[in-house]
Amino acid sequence: MRRLGRHLLSIDDLDRASIERILDRAESFDEVSGREIKKVPALRGRTIVNLFYESSTRTSSSFELAAKRLSADVVSIRSQGSSVDKGESLKDTVQTLSAYDPAAIVIRSPHAGAAGLVARWTPAAVINAGDGKHEHPTQALLDVFTLRRRLGSLDGTNIWIVGDVLHSRVARSDILAFTRMGASVTVCGPPTLIPREIEALGCQASTTLDRLHEATVVYVLRMQQERMRDSFVPSLREYAAQYQITPERLFPGQLLMHPGPVNRGVELSGEAIDSPQALIGAQVRAGVAVRMAVLYELLVGAASPSLAAVA
Amino acid sequence: MSTERLFHRENDPAELLIRGAHVLDPRSGLDEPHDVLIRDGHIAELGEPGALQPTADMETLDATGTHLFPGFVDPHVHLRTPGQEYKENIETGTAAAAAGGFCAVIAMPNTDPVVDEAAVLRSLTATARRQASVPVGFLAAITRGLEGRELTEMAELRDAGALGFTDDGRPVVSAGTLRKALQYQRLCGGVIALHEEDPNLSRDGAMHEGAVSARLGIAGIPTLSESTMVARDGALAAYENARVHFQHLSCVESIEALAQARQAGAKVTAEACPHHLTLTDGMVRTLDSRFKMNPPLRAERDRRALVEALKAGVIDCVATDHAPHAAHEKEVPFEQAPMGTTGLETAFASLYTELVMAGELELDTLIERMTEGAALYGLPVPRIARGRPANLCLVDLEARFEVGAEGYASRSANCCFHGRMMQGKVLMTVAAGTVAHLTRALEAEAVR
Repeated sequence: MRRLGRHLLSIDDLDRASIERILDRAESFDEVSGREIKKVPALRGRTIVNLFYESSTRTSSSFELAAKRLSADVVSIRSQGSSVDKGESLKDTVQTLSAYDPAAIVIRSPHAGAAGLVARWTPAAVINAGDGKHEHPTQALLDVFTLRRRLGSLDGTNIWIVGDVLHSRVARSDILAFTRMGASVTVCGPPTLIPREIEALGCQASTTLDRLHEATVVYVLRMQQERMRDSFVPSLREYAAQYQITPERLFPGQLLMHPGPVNRGVELSGEAIDSPQALIGAQVRAGVAVRMAVLYELLVGAASPSLAAVA
Repeated sequence: MSTERLFHRENDPAELLIRGAHVLDPRSGLDEPHDVLIRDGHIAELGEPGALQPTADMETLDATGTHLFPGFVDPHVHLRTPGQEYKENIETGTAAAAAGGFCAVIAMPNTDPVVDEAAVLRSLTATARRQASVPVGFLAAITRGLEGRELTEMAELRDAGALGFTDDGRPVVSAGTLRKALQYQRLCGGVIALHEEDPNLSRDGAMHEGAVSARLGIAGIPTLSESTMVARDGALAAYENARVHFQHLSCVESIEALAQARQAGAKVTAEACPHHLTLTDGMVRTLDSRFKMNPPLRAERDRRALVEALKAGVIDCVATDHAPHAAHEKEVPFEQAPMGTTGLETAFASLYTELVMAGELELDTLIERMTEGAALYGLPVPRIARGRPANLCLVDLEARFEVGAEGYASRSANCCFHGRMMQGKVLMTVAAGTVAHLTRALEAEAVR
């Protein structure tokens, strides 16, 4: 097994064995989350900085909860109301925060590669909580966690990722993580929202739902209107007519996922969200345990097997 | 090199005997060791190795084992003066040129203010007369403020010394505006150089559109944003019988469009950059903003086509598009970083190492393409021949070095080749008859 690096910037940092180790660890933390006292002392006395340059509800709150349940001290910074508002550069902000000697910096940025830059400027471990349209590795890990729980294994499964692939960091991290875990992946969406040469990531591409029945899992993406400068589809109405996942379009036994937040009535119908085939709630619940596992593996676990054995 | 549209500081003319260097100048038919005697800034004599004797007060350089080439000419640099001197100025920019073996460079007008009025150009030429260690030619803007609407006073700008015109950094989006400029060229002369890009297709793209941009989630710039404009402007040039130069071509489709324009009788020429000839979009996987430039690094098929076109002469010359940026401007996430790489100090070594040593290009072809830029702008091409002004560079083809290890002569360090091992070090540059660059090692030897 490849040793986990110091940072988690991309799914490319992880081989299958390290993904499985993180997920196994997440299983045991998930058990902790079921207790009345949801805390373990693993990171007591250590500081974790959450640096969010983009609005976020579930990622930021679950990282914060994950750190607190590991007993770490948490500082959460949002770009609004911070010195970022006053024009401070990312580099200066990171170097300032590094002066507090944090064990980890969790960064979300609207720009690809921001987490990688932060890793160059700080001695802390860096976790990418989403960088532009590039990657969102902890989302992919919690997606794999959710599926592994439900299916036992991703080997041989057929996963369709449907919607706005062009603007989706979740799609990119998921394609890498799902295929690494043995699934085959098809991306599907309007031709204007499927990147040219996306097949190079190891997936197939489709522009219709005609073969959706082949899917074990239907993973629906959010229409990211906030990232669109152009009109990529003539209207959301036309998009919904062609690609919206409804109970009628789902086949029996297929599992339905979505990274949230959902545009109800656009990429998913309300009935689909509430259907028993949907794992959306389970995805959100997995977020805390998986992020606890990532923090633990980077800050404690990676060092422990080899060093503890010597000591 | 000295003509009325090149500007530089007057220095003492070189008095120098260069002994035993392998002289390679395809245009003069020279490809063997020679002694070269420079007197009063001119090539006074060429002789068998050991045949020539220095006159009194003349320095002698033992250059055995090194190569002597005609000085290179770069038709595309950004010297950032006026207005952005924190990135580069005429003194540091021409020092970088000299360090790279260039004996003349042509500066782009996308400065602050833009070179769109004769007064701005006159102040630039005056500055160059004080600061430029290598002759500089200036292009003026085609349109006021590079905004693509009203033509500049092209005739007055020509009278003030403009070598030609360009809105480089931006395309002339309106075909109607460009057509007027091409018509007006009949009055004022001067090459019209074009940065080809259709902003409707490149949009907010920050890199080449392809497998790598799909992987990184960075908006792509398709090759056809360039090639469709080359096709359009090739047709305009043919129709108006105008003289047009295509800047920094980057892809297969543009080369095809260029060849078609020529076939239709258009008087068009083209340049390609060292980074496009040696690197591909795979480098962007690092998300290092040093690899962000416009046009972007393209796919391997594009790179190979550019090398073939350069070899065949379809692309006439090498141009660096030397584009300095301050460290703080480039130390930001890729999508936010400004476009551009420096290139003057690495142009020859990058092409020698990656193309000549790899067997993709002959050395004599490279020398021709690195000097041909002069001819395209109506300047005399540097040659090693008796009676010609001394425009030379002395290069050690065996010397290996790490790019940037000793710093840069340029004010900026945003070089896409930074940290690479390269071979082919420029030891000395003589520009317009004066020594513009001399490595320390050689300086010591010359004193001895």
